[in-house]
Amino acid sequence: MKTIEIRSLQHSWDSAQAPVLNVSAFDLVAGEHVFVHGPSGSGKSTFLSAIAGVIKVQHGAIRVVGSDVGAMVGRKCDRFRVDHLGIIFQVFNLLPWLSVLENTLLPCRFSARRRENAGPDPTASATRLLSSLGLDDPKIWNGPASALSVGQQQRVAAARALIGAPDVVLADEPTSALDEDTKERFVDLLLHECRASGASLVFVSHDRGLENRFDRSVDLRSLNDGGSND
Amino acid sequence: MINLCLKSLLNRTFIAGLTIFSIALSVALILGVERLRTQARAGFANSASGIDLIVAARGNDVQILLSTVFGVGSTGAGVNWESYEMLRATPKVAWAVPVMIGDNHRGYPVIGTSASYFDHFRHSGGQALAFESGAVFASPEGAVIGAEIAEKFGYEVGTQIINAHGAGSVAFHLHDEAPFTVSGILSPTGTAADRMVYVSLEGFDDLHKDATTMPVDPFSDLAQRDKAPVGEREHDAHDEGHEHDAHDEGHEHDAHDEGHDHDAHDEGHEHDAHDEGHEHDAHDEGHDHDAHDEGHEHDAHDEGHEHDAHDEGHDHDAHDEHHEHDGHAPASINAVYVGLTDRAGVLSVQRAVAEYREEALTAVLPNVALLQLWSITGTAESALRLMAAAVALAGVIGMLVMLSATLETRRREFAILRSVGATPISILGMIVVEAVLLLIAGIVLGYALLTAVTFVADPILSANLGLRLGHGMPTLREGLLIGVVFCSGVIASAVPAVRVYKMTLNDGLSMRL
Ligand SMILES: Nc1ncnc2c1ncn2[C@@H]1O[C@H](COP(=O)(O)OP(=O)(O)OP(=O)(O)O)[C@@H](O)[C@H]1O
Ligand SMILES: [Mg+2]
Repeated sequence: MKTIEIRSLQHSWDSAQAPVLNVSAFDLVAGEHVFVHGPSGSGKSTFLSAIAGVIKVQHGAIRVVGSDVGAMVGRKCDRFRVDHLGIIFQVFNLLPWLSVLENTLLPCRFSARRRENAGPDPTASATRLLSSLGLDDPKIWNGPASALSVGQQQRVAAARALIGAPDVVLADEPTSALDEDTKERFVDLLLHECRASGASLVFVSHDRGLENRFDRSVDLRSLNDGGSND
Repeated sequence: MINLCLKSLLNRTFIAGLTIFSIALSVALILGVERLRTQARAGFANSASGIDLIVAARGNDVQILLSTVFGVGSTGAGVNWESYEMLRATPKVAWAVPVMIGDNHRGYPVIGTSASYFDHFRHSGGQALAFESGAVFASPEGAVIGAEIAEKFGYEVGTQIINAHGAGSVAFHLHDEAPFTVSGILSPTGTAADRMVYVSLEGFDDLHKDATTMPVDPFSDLAQRDKAPVGEREHDAHDEGHEHDAHDEGHEHDAHDEGHDHDAHDEGHEHDAHDEGHEHDAHDEGHDHDAHDEGHEHDAHDEGHEHDAHDEGHDHDAHDEHHEHDGHAPASINAVYVGLTDRAGVLSVQRAVAEYREEALTAVLPNVALLQLWSITGTAESALRLMAAAVALAGVIGMLVMLSATLETRRREFAILRSVGATPISILGMIVVEAVLLLIAGIVLGYALLTAVTFVADPILSANLGLRLGHGMPTLREGLLIGVVFCSGVIASAVPAVRVYKMTLNDGLSMRL
């Protein structure tokens, strides 16, 4: 089953210029982990935003678990996003004024589906996820998110993206702020948890050293015919 | 949602605290001004409840009310004792109490009156004056003092007090040759009555008589002076009293005013006051009234005449016992408090007084004078309220600034929230909820602040101005004001809320650094 199915996608921020995204076809099957790379400004983040339904693309269809996110508007789109996607940003993934546990549980707050998937006790599955991502200290769970190191923050972000078993995890350069060892450990943990929950993963990074851990590696430039190939 | 907003606000304790404080200040100010205004009005209104009319020499209603009931300022001229007698004899007049003013005790007004004052005077919607201790003055040296004076200076029944001439705390002349002895202390009323010294007419009058005899025996006076605080002796102020004496005598000259004064009559009251009595007598002689344009006044002279006739009749007897009770009859008093048998007759009595021929008098309806007073103070009140409203506006704008300023730095928060399913509308809602929380906290704190301030300021205010702010639950009007602040704050929060809505729509999930 395809979790992501993109056909003849075109998007340009500025209609006067060549489209940033020009993807004729992109597919991702359930449980598949894809590594997306490309130079800065090539449109990687734009690509993820299109999948998340945050930007409305001018042409083409983007199907996530069978639904056309491009056709969804407003509330419905936001609901769909939290129900089916887990998102990890480059930095500053956490709300500093919430505890680690509360940050992890945020998707359950907004999505009934994620809450249900998280089991009868979402907190328990949150702590389980945090523990398996290497954060097994209850003191950390209940402490403020702002007290964590950057590496720890990214792992909390991963736990949040994974809680309640979303269909796809989108990660936009989650490792760029981490040092070499932490980076590899983070990717291993993330992949392990994705595998455990059965989620597909779109992992954007320009760090090619991580590429071989994934099922597949895609250069956005080759995917993106109309992209910045120069 | 509220939970999230609360935590987000707590994360910004300092700036949120400042915002809350500024809202609190504006709420406290707005409510404080309102309360001061209503309490001032209530205080004034409560101070003169059982009196239907205040009769004094022709003059400004507000001035007459202020000088008599509140002891602020003075009436123009005096009122002849005969006029007082006339008033008591007027039909529909249930009682009339003479009032003399113009002296003070350490800044507190001294009122010379008869003992029946305490029977008739009412405050706070009909309550009689009660004695905390002691009783009404029985002798000319006796004095009844208000609760506040007793408390402030620690006076008790039996304490000797010395009054000074003139209103206000700067004593021009101490009547130290004639001390009074406190015979009674009134229970607190929360009105002007708390701040007054009451002495008998005779006692009040004696002071002034003594003053005239003073130069005859300056040494005894000097000896007296050693016993009491020294005040400057200036008798200029006494002129007033003398004038009236002279005035009384003047009545005998009736004949020489042959009605030629009538034009002058139109011009000003102050001046008329002296002539008018004569004038009217001239009228009695059957002068031609048609010559005068202000018809009614003169027609009324005849009416007054009728009343005089009444005096001779049944009414007079009924009042004789009071007369004996009052004992002393000074030549001139400052005002007369009048109570009517039937309040519906108040206008006719008022007109009768205005048309009284012997003397130019004004009968003031206390409530009407109060309304006039409010129309005068209205401008200042409006200015105060406008200022309070401006401060409230500043408070609300302060909140807007706080909410708007943090939007920029919170962009990431919003992106995170959107990534976990928050719609732009729910983020807009978050800003509004934050505003609501800030406003509620500000209003609660403001109310607490006001309560604390009134707690501290009440004794000071009541001591200096006779005002009490009072505390307790907000009134409907205060609730309305709070509601206005709250609603304007919520409405104003739409500005940052709409901004954040647009921002989150544009930003999407991108985390711009
Ligand atoms: N919100 C936006 N409005 C206008 N232009 C945008 C917007 N977001 C991105 N762009 C433009 O789209 C292009 C692609 O940007 P994008 O952020 O997708 O690149 P990226 O591959 O993620 O780069 P990086 O590796 O630096 O993150 C850039 O030229 C950028 O200027
Ligand atoms: Mg990017």
